[in-house]
Amino acid sequence: MPLLEVEALTKRYGSETLALNNISFDVAAGEFVVIIGPSGAGKSTLLRCVNRLVDISDGDVRFDGVSVPTLRGKTLRRQRTQIGMIFQHYNLVNRLSVIENVLHGRLGYKNVFQGMFGIYTEEEKQDAVRILASLGLSEQTYKRCDQLSGGQKQRVGIARALVQKPKLILCDEPIASLDPSAAKIIMDTLQDINRNTGITVLVNLHQVDVALRYADRIIGVNSGTIMYDGPPDALSNEQIHQIYGSEAGELILDLRERYAA
Amino acid sequence: MQPDIFALRRRQWIIFFGLIAVLTYGSILLTDYNLIQGFTAIPRAFAWATANFIPDAAALERMPNILAKLWETVLISISSATTASALGLIMALLGANTTRPHPWFSVPARGIASIFRNIDVSAWALILLFSFGQSSFTGFFALFFVTFGFIVRVMVETIDEVSTDSVEALRATGAGYVAIITQSVIPSCLPQLISWVLFMIETNIRSATLVGILTGTGIGFLFDLYYKSGNYSSASLVVLMIVVAVLLIESVSNTIRRAVL
Repeated sequence: MPLLEVEALTKRYGSETLALNNISFDVAAGEFVVIIGPSGAGKSTLLRCVNRLVDISDGDVRFDGVSVPTLRGKTLRRQRTQIGMIFQHYNLVNRLSVIENVLHGRLGYKNVFQGMFGIYTEEEKQDAVRILASLGLSEQTYKRCDQLSGGQKQRVGIARALVQKPKLILCDEPIASLDPSAAKIIMDTLQDINRNTGITVLVNLHQVDVALRYADRIIGVNSGTIMYDGPPDALSNEQIHQIYGSEAGELILDLRERYAA
Repeated sequence: MQPDIFALRRRQWIIFFGLIAVLTYGSILLTDYNLIQGFTAIPRAFAWATANFIPDAAALERMPNILAKLWETVLISISSATTASALGLIMALLGANTTRPHPWFSVPARGIASIFRNIDVSAWALILLFSFGQSSFTGFFALFFVTFGFIVRVMVETIDEVSTDSVEALRATGAGYVAIITQSVIPSCLPQLISWVLFMIETNIRSATLVGILTGTGIGFLFDLYYKSGNYSSASLVVLMIVVAVLLIESVSNTIRRAVL
């Protein structure tokens, strides 16, 4: 059984805007899937339908055999603990320390009282320290997040997702605000996590060249529909054109040729 | 040919100052105000003030009484600011787009705050005089209501500004509502919140004088009493002590602000 099954997923904002139109695909456990497409294609909405940060208009999303659209309250929270998420703007609480931000990943497992006062067990704290060390952030553990560089902040975001012990990590444009070298570290980290721990990774990306290099499988989205779903090797230049619309043309072709060479 | 932008600008200036001059002269004519007589009266007013308003020995004897009333006023200003801010924060959490439990909460929460804020503190004092009579409650609640309305307004904006991203991240981890508020929203907003509470304490001490005159309580009552009985030197000592108190509170709150930010 696939870890994630998306079936005829449709999302409307208001009555007119159709963000996702009848999308269907499966993701097997352990896959590294990259979703590419132009801005406004519905990539972010698609990720947010999986953990129900946005409500689903029509169709079904099943994660680990559980149907997502009708989940409410406690069952929805339990489902979300199994899905980590990292963001373009890192979405950390900048005034808190790195370790506090990482431990936020455990809040889904807490009752109201524990959550209210941020009470974590010794094991959880040890685990957070260990994960930070594995991401090369030992020295930053007790620093405030607003003292970190962008690349470091994103690694804190990854640590917060990992401490959840998730089966799936959703990444919404994880490298869009980073310089090329920090971006490489983040993508390598995600790849290592995927290969070493078997956690499934679903990434939204702008950069076609990065997608081609890291993905096991690419899903191309435009105007809320899937234009391509398959391995990166089989993705032709014409199909990239199709995904991005005809105007995108030249630059993407350039990147493709440079990567191939 | 291009229209001459410099000539155009010159014409605009001439029209602007012409209008101002006409408005001013018109107002003077309508109100029968003699500009020259008004300004030449200033030195005489100063001379009279220095002769009558310098605190004398008799006024200094009343110092303990003045300080006691001033202390009472400062305490009422602080307690009304802090209690109103605590309640205001809760109302702001209900009203802010990021933290409202349901979209329906937003408009009523902001509406109530707007009513409290837009009725002036002196109007509140006179309204409350009917319910509480001539007691400290009247002053307390007049300051409380205005502070409440103000804090709700600024905190609604602050919450939406500083915590939207981290709230999204915590929702994605499966954290509950209370945990999201205490672990993400409050830490993010804390410097601004403290800064606004301090500002409201300062504002309240200034308005407390007026409220006291209107409701016959606190330091304002003392000023009113001395002033109406023609005891100008004591009245001016009251004013001087209020200025000293406001300056002291301001310097303390500036120190706190620097420490927090």
